[in-house]
Amino acid sequence: MSTLRGKVHRYGDHVNTDVIIPARYLNTSDVAELAAHCMEDIDPTFVSTVKAGDVIVGGGNFGCGSSREHAPLAIKGAGVSCVIARSFARIFFRNAINVGLPVLVCPDAAADAKSGDELAADLTTGKIENVTQGTSYQAEPFPEFLQQIIAAGGLVEYTRKRLVA
Amino acid sequence: MPMTITEKILAAHSGHDEVHPGQFVMAKLDLMLGNDITAPIAIDEFRKTGAAKVIDSARIVLVADHSTPNKDIKSAEQCRLMREFSLEQGVEHFFDVGRGGVEHALLPEEGLVAPGECIIGADSHTCTYGALGAFATGVGSTDLAVAMATGECWMRVPESIKVVYRGRLKPWVGGKDLILYTIGQMGVAGATYQSLELCGDTIESLPMSDRLTMCNMAIEAGGKNGIIAPDAITDNYMKSVTKRPYRTLASDSDAVYVRVMEIDASKIELQVSTPHLPENAKPVSAVRDVVIDQSVIGSCTNGRIEDLRMAAKILKGRRAHPRVRLIVIPATQRVHLQAIREGLGEIFIEAGGAFSTPTCGPCLGGHMGILAKGERAVATTNRNFVGRMGHPESEVYLAGPAVAAASAVLGRIASPEELS
Repeated sequence: MSTLRGKVHRYGDHVNTDVIIPARYLNTSDVAELAAHCMEDIDPTFVSTVKAGDVIVGGGNFGCGSSREHAPLAIKGAGVSCVIARSFARIFFRNAINVGLPVLVCPDAAADAKSGDELAADLTTGKIENVTQGTSYQAEPFPEFLQQIIAAGGLVEYTRKRLVA
Repeated sequence: MPMTITEKILAAHSGHDEVHPGQFVMAKLDLMLGNDITAPIAIDEFRKTGAAKVIDSARIVLVADHSTPNKDIKSAEQCRLMREFSLEQGVEHFFDVGRGGVEHALLPEEGLVAPGECIIGADSHTCTYGALGAFATGVGSTDLAVAMATGECWMRVPESIKVVYRGRLKPWVGGKDLILYTIGQMGVAGATYQSLELCGDTIESLPMSDRLTMCNMAIEAGGKNGIIAPDAITDNYMKSVTKRPYRTLASDSDAVYVRVMEIDASKIELQVSTPHLPENAKPVSAVRDVVIDQSVIGSCTNGRIEDLRMAAKILKGRRAHPRVRLIVIPATQRVHLQAIREGLGEIFIEAGGAFSTPTCGPCLGGHMGILAKGERAVATTNRNFVGRMGHPESEVYLAGPAVAAASAVLGRIASPEELS
């Protein structure tokens, strides 16, 4: 894992999976199609402004609502390198870990970040730097079990190795 | 070590004598579930695990309920993928259109979920089955994929919150009102990563349909699961749906909870959650000026026969307000047939309502009742997020079947007490 760097797209509390990817687009599993509608009902400009490597920053309970894995897949497909939030809803959190979308829990970094700020994050150490504001933060470490899944590149790879072993 | 019912079920399914909150376990699953939105991704991911066959074709349930009857060509392809996978793998419990219904109403009535069991579903409302004393939780498609390959799922043992309800309910007040009130008290993230254990004398006398409604919405407080200890009501329900044996567990009297909430249920009025979060619960009297365009009665939350009976009691001999589109959707084929046999279908149609085949459709803004810009619905469903039932500028007010039926008649949010 390496350092990622990108511009912030900042949202508030309770960003739910219905606004991340509205159900009217769930008749497909195609990641590119899902990504084309990512965040549509909360930020219609997101898709036209997001650049590869950008970071979504949310408040509390990010990803609440439905279990649709289409939500982290749409975010990942849109080129977002990482989601940083004060806290995550549990199904979104496990889906992100399972599909290999980096997520970091860091209340201070989430509170300070503004849209357009440039952030750098080291996923191995959990160090987050707000380049624009000149501030740095430490994200909460992942439990050891989750680190194994992350290190394997997601739950499917983790399982494939287990099944072969 | 004393344990809660949730901890006991997770310990029994992970080869431990005891487990504690925060511990990661690999839980052996009794049942795993997917639907036409989540299963297609799970099937793709299953192929990537390298497994050729599912671990146990009898423990997998696949239900075509969200975009069905197929609303468009893409949805038809999703359903076909699931149908073909079921045939290829010999999945015993594949429920197609006309043979099933909305998953969380369907599985209990089919006897597929039982007390003491450990169940995952790639649908957030899988927590419904906690009403039977099972540990049931919603996960994503990749979790389902891996579960189909290995029969297991990783779990972080949740802390438990005990919610104690005391007292007799007011007329028309039911499980939906209790759970909306509770979410209003604790907030949509009030139980994140935690188990919601519901108990007290109110729950002990609450019918199974209301218990299913309550546990169904544990996720709307962020909960990992909702659970009610099995009792005589559970046994009677199980006897009506299956002959197979099951394990009855209960929390130890000295089990540890992170929080205990006491709720005087006798004081709770009919509840309505206003846009755009389920935590915005208010007494119906506080929102009675809100004019509505649509009333939806159905879903995994409130689409059971008991819900339809309550709505029919109010709608009998009455007409929906000329401005209101009334949509009544029985949650399963069995509920639909029963509603027809009891004459409820006739009541809904004579009230000017659309009475249709089982589907999740309108609840998630899929089809069968989408809202236009600026429109407002009262719905017996479970979420009122921005754009949940259609246009991002439409609104959903959550309520139980009594309020949804009375509101349909008066054209504004209303209590059945307001009808002459």
